[in-house]
Amino acid sequence: MSELLKVIDLKKYFPVRGGLLRRVVAQVKAVDGVSFSLERGRTLGLVGESGCGKSTLGRAVLRLHEPTAGQIFLDGEELTRLGREQLTARRRKMQIIFQDPYASLSPRRTVAQTIQEPLDVHGIGTSRERQKQVEELLDVVGLRKQVLSRYPHEFSGGQRQRIGIARALALNPEFIVADEPVSALDVSVQSQVLNLIARLQREHDISFLFISHDLAVIQHVSDDVGVMYLGQLVEFASAGSLYHEPRHPYTRALMSAIPVPDPKKKSKRIILGGDVPSPMDPPSGCPFHTRCPEVMPVCREIIPPRVNMGTASSPHFVNCHLFTEESAEDGAGAPAGNSAGTSGQ
Amino acid sequence: MNDTNATPLLSVKNLVVEFNTRHGPVRAVDNISFDVYPNETVGIVGESGCGKTVTGLTLLRLIPMPPGRIVQGSINFRGKDITRLSEKEMQAMRGADISMIFQEPMTALNPVFTVGNQMVDVIRRHKNLTRSQARTQAIDMLDKVGIPAPRKRIDEYPHQLSGGMRQRVMIAMALSCDPKLLVADEPTTALDVTTQAQVMEQIVKLQDEFHMSMILVTHDLGVVAESCDRAIVMYCGNIIETAPIEELFEHPRHPYTKGLLESIPRLREQKMKQLPIIPGMVPDLLHLPPGCRFADRCSRMTDRCNQEKPLLEPVEGSGDRSVACYHPFA
Repeated sequence: MSELLKVIDLKKYFPVRGGLLRRVVAQVKAVDGVSFSLERGRTLGLVGESGCGKSTLGRAVLRLHEPTAGQIFLDGEELTRLGREQLTARRRKMQIIFQDPYASLSPRRTVAQTIQEPLDVHGIGTSRERQKQVEELLDVVGLRKQVLSRYPHEFSGGQRQRIGIARALALNPEFIVADEPVSALDVSVQSQVLNLIARLQREHDISFLFISHDLAVIQHVSDDVGVMYLGQLVEFASAGSLYHEPRHPYTRALMSAIPVPDPKKKSKRIILGGDVPSPMDPPSGCPFHTRCPEVMPVCREIIPPRVNMGTASSPHFVNCHLFTEESAEDGAGAPAGNSAGTSGQ
Repeated sequence: MNDTNATPLLSVKNLVVEFNTRHGPVRAVDNISFDVYPNETVGIVGESGCGKTVTGLTLLRLIPMPPGRIVQGSINFRGKDITRLSEKEMQAMRGADISMIFQEPMTALNPVFTVGNQMVDVIRRHKNLTRSQARTQAIDMLDKVGIPAPRKRIDEYPHQLSGGMRQRVMIAMALSCDPKLLVADEPTTALDVTTQAQVMEQIVKLQDEFHMSMILVTHDLGVVAESCDRAIVMYCGNIIETAPIEELFEHPRHPYTKGLLESIPRLREQKMKQLPIIPGMVPDLLHLPPGCRFADRCSRMTDRCNQEKPLLEPVEGSGDRSVACYHPFA
């Protein structure tokens, strides 16, 4: 399998201006040093709570937000070095599906105009060919041809999201960022759209960066999963490994917090205290140490390095002082700092 | 828990709520009946537009009238029919007997007053207390809902608090006059999962402590499974199934309930190729079919379903279960 997307130490800071002269008084570190790679035809799920920087990361990867630092390679080409014009040309390969199907479609354009726009922008085919392609796209996402001349307000949320997906597919992209594509939808419709996305990926060999706050949704669509907290990736592994054996205390808390639709299984819940700290003033050391149930003195001072708890071919990265390379090599997989963890509480 | 011999605290009978729209009247709630017993938690579940929120709002007569109106039915609460009370009597009841918490705490709190100001107002409206006594009680309530440093927080404005904190303030306010019934409309939907877990735990704990009944209006079956005794499933303005919580999740009778339960993405041992779905979509409330409203999405549909609307009837031999379906699952 070949690597399609590679992101190295990506940062996106937003300046906060204040005072009389509107000077930059602080930085919101929305994405703070994230690295990962995505293979062709696979889906990387990015999960985290509001404000963790997952949407900013998705946009920064497409340079919809200009990254503050770091490198992005798509197909071996460094996106972060491209000029405006070159970037626009490359955008054919990469598309985005937005969360809110009500805000992401222009209310003044018909379905046909909306889906055809990317084809117009990139000057693809004759106008008849474009029309034909729009009809095919509708068919792919499961809408009837009769809807072409209708406007977004005439559709339900699920149907609008299908229109947004058709628009994203118009240019035959290699890579799609799907930013919370189903979280505005009702469950019965949500599963329809998730199945559609899974099918498109199989049939068109598209790579997805799938962003969601919902661990169950992420499990259904992803091959690999990254867990974000305060602008950083705290755990990254194949979906199988991550769901089977979550390592980072934050990932474990997140999983245990999901309400289980089964009254007989009262889940053993790890209740986290407090709130997520402000990304303007992130804590020293490990970003999670202020809420971590297993916090140790070292966590407050030193940023935990990335440790591979898996194998070289199937890595399971975790950024936490509970784990060290030695404990990974032992193969036991037990938290290295277990005893220290208890004494540190 | 629900004691069937007790008298219900709240009894809704044949309630119909309509809204006038440009395209004609829409029945958001169409002939529903249910009871809530003392100390019981009842979940009202369903997807957007099923009428669950309107039901909750109607219990406190909070729907805007016009365009809304209660067409028929009664809401009996401790011997009084809420549909017949004057606005003044209703005001005395809201907050004191029945309280409500809303989905979006930022819009439910007034941004220009401090938390303390708003809480003191609520308390003094229903109780004969001085400002400083009411303030002491407000601090006490903030402490009960798990707000750290309540003495400091009480003088802050809503925008200074995080989403989870705001929802706690809402809960503190709702419970400050010791209501007998709390209507919680999607209380944790705007919150992150880890915060949701904190807040739900707090609500359930307080419910116990205050000996009140709760109606939990939500789309999230996971939340219902964890905190309710009984659930009411709504579809298109109708109640289509009610059952004690364990039975509902174990043996859903109505095909819609079953489909809904199956289509929730949940953490699984093994990743599935395809999620189970309910085909089609909810019909438009302006153009409802004459028969069962779920018929065109249902795998068990027959001619009868298209012609005659099934009524909510008790399931034989199962005590307190009801279902509105000609071909329910066993």
